[in-house]
Amino acid sequence: MSAELSYMGVDLTRPRVAFFELSSCEGCQLQLLNKEASLLDFFNLLQVVQFREAMSEKDDTYDVAFVEGSVTRADEEERLKIIRKRAKILIAFGSCACFGGVNQLKNRFADQDWVKREVYGDFAIDTQPVRPLADIVEVDVNIYGCPVKKEEVERIVTDLVVGKTILYPKYPVCMDCKANENICLFDLGEPCLGPVTRAGCDAWCPNNRMGCWGCRGPAEAANVEQLKNIMAEHGFSSETLLDRLECFGGFSAFVDGLRQPQQDTGKQGSGI
Amino acid sequence: MIFKVIAKQELAKLFEALLANRVVGPVRKGSDKNGTPIYSFEVVYDFTQLQLDYTSTQYPAKRFFLPYTETLCTFEIAGDSWEKKVDFNIYQPQVLFGLHACDINALNKLDKVLLESAYPTPYYASKRKNMFIVGIDCEPQPYCFCRSMGTDTALHGFDMFLTDLGKKYFVEIQSAAAYNYLKHMQTSDPTEEDHLRYMAVEEARHEKFMAQVDTTDLTKILDMEFQSEVWKHWGDKCLSCGTCASVCPTCYCYGVAETVDLDLKHAAKMKHLHSCNLIDFAEVAGGHNFRPDSHTRLKYRYYHKHRGFVEAFEESLCVGCGRCGEACLANITVPEVIASVRHEEI
Repeated sequence: MSAELSYMGVDLTRPRVAFFELSSCEGCQLQLLNKEASLLDFFNLLQVVQFREAMSEKDDTYDVAFVEGSVTRADEEERLKIIRKRAKILIAFGSCACFGGVNQLKNRFADQDWVKREVYGDFAIDTQPVRPLADIVEVDVNIYGCPVKKEEVERIVTDLVVGKTILYPKYPVCMDCKANENICLFDLGEPCLGPVTRAGCDAWCPNNRMGCWGCRGPAEAANVEQLKNIMAEHGFSSETLLDRLECFGGFSAFVDGLRQPQQDTGKQGSGI
Repeated sequence: MIFKVIAKQELAKLFEALLANRVVGPVRKGSDKNGTPIYSFEVVYDFTQLQLDYTSTQYPAKRFFLPYTETLCTFEIAGDSWEKKVDFNIYQPQVLFGLHACDINALNKLDKVLLESAYPTPYYASKRKNMFIVGIDCEPQPYCFCRSMGTDTALHGFDMFLTDLGKKYFVEIQSAAAYNYLKHMQTSDPTEEDHLRYMAVEEARHEKFMAQVDTTDLTKILDMEFQSEVWKHWGDKCLSCGTCASVCPTCYCYGVAETVDLDLKHAAKMKHLHSCNLIDFAEVAGGHNFRPDSHTRLKYRYYHKHRGFVEAFEESLCVGCGRCGEACLANITVPEVIASVRHEEI
């Protein structure tokens, strides 16, 4: 780490940054450590005071908190409130933190006790319906994705450090996908949530001929109603659409409206 | 204009001669779920890769002269000063081998805005001025409405244009560069029989067009129907995904973003092609949005192409290639939208 940090002759302060995980796979934090080519430059911008996956030292004085994961236990809720009090900027880091992520799939089951028994058996454990961070505390910045895209995190962190406005695409993944001149997944007979999902991932999955699962949540003008017609026209069942829309929790506001009344029995949960 | 005819196998020799440059042409990229071939413009190294009898490509050749993302300039920062570096991103002359008339006309339309306007775009000019175009005739597809837009034949904007006469090509030569390349092939002057064959081929082609757009008085009708309910109808369907603009050979609108590198010693000004259908498009400082509704955005895309551009240049900014309608998952097509504005049955 070089001693001084400056941009265009203006001295900058390295923000004191801490990383935390609630219920999650910690894969988003791992993404940060994965891209070794830019690792030194990335950490040179920050003063990391707590990062369990990367260091042993631990300090509870920080400006920016990256919180990965969703809230599924009472102690996590308390921990998150403490983090919020200590941090000037709280970043919901990854889809679990932003929307509940894959974890929130359990909310879709009406009988939560049954879920608990299936997963944990007789093991005594506190587990609640899954909630995103914003249900409990105020979130300043969302970084979407399952996992997050390192390039996007780098851009957001750079903008944060030099004091630029943090901007996200509001348009859907199709725009990124078309810029890569991919063959449309629907042409290949695959379902895809690209037309309604927020871009910024460079169409990571469609580039690899995998239909989008909507991990980044809805684009700002998401026309889910029209996508429903498109999926039907291409021969996909409403369950196929709902499977994808429900997977990461970003589309929870749309899902209840799309559920057919006859499919309600026993499956629909409390939502998030 | 000089006309020649060549035996079909002579074309490989022209290709070989042009290979000293970067050659871009139609290749088969894959198949859709029904086994229908999907074609794409790619850099080609071998004549046998070229699929000159291609139907249409899903994407235009736009990325070779108007890339989706382009670095406009970079900055090297040292202390409190910086050095700006501008690169027009042209590395070698490009040959576009096998463009259909619609795509040649698309380039001619882009030229009006990006080359011949008060402020030419050097990033486009650098590529466009270093270009050699071999056009080829096409088989009209059910979605092609170029004949309605007057772009089913290319009158200029190419170096050489080939028409398939069966065993030979009828060749139009329009540039000195193209004339010089003739020496690589065995050519002959067309006979009267070739002329007749050419006319018969063209006539047969004209009869194959199925889709059409009535452009009569269209600028006025669009003005009259500004408040029409049909815009809401199409807006409700629209996904605001920008696919129509991404596959359009003439859409050139863009956004510029400045990025700072992680090392804080480098920065770049990046240009990204944009689309007026995106909700971000008309957003300005403070988060205000001039076109928050899907139908307004869709409407203005049609007004730019079929009204504004016509008033400025006396021609439409649409070549009728039909790619937007084919790519649109919501099945919004230009012939249907225009017909609905004209209160025609669709």
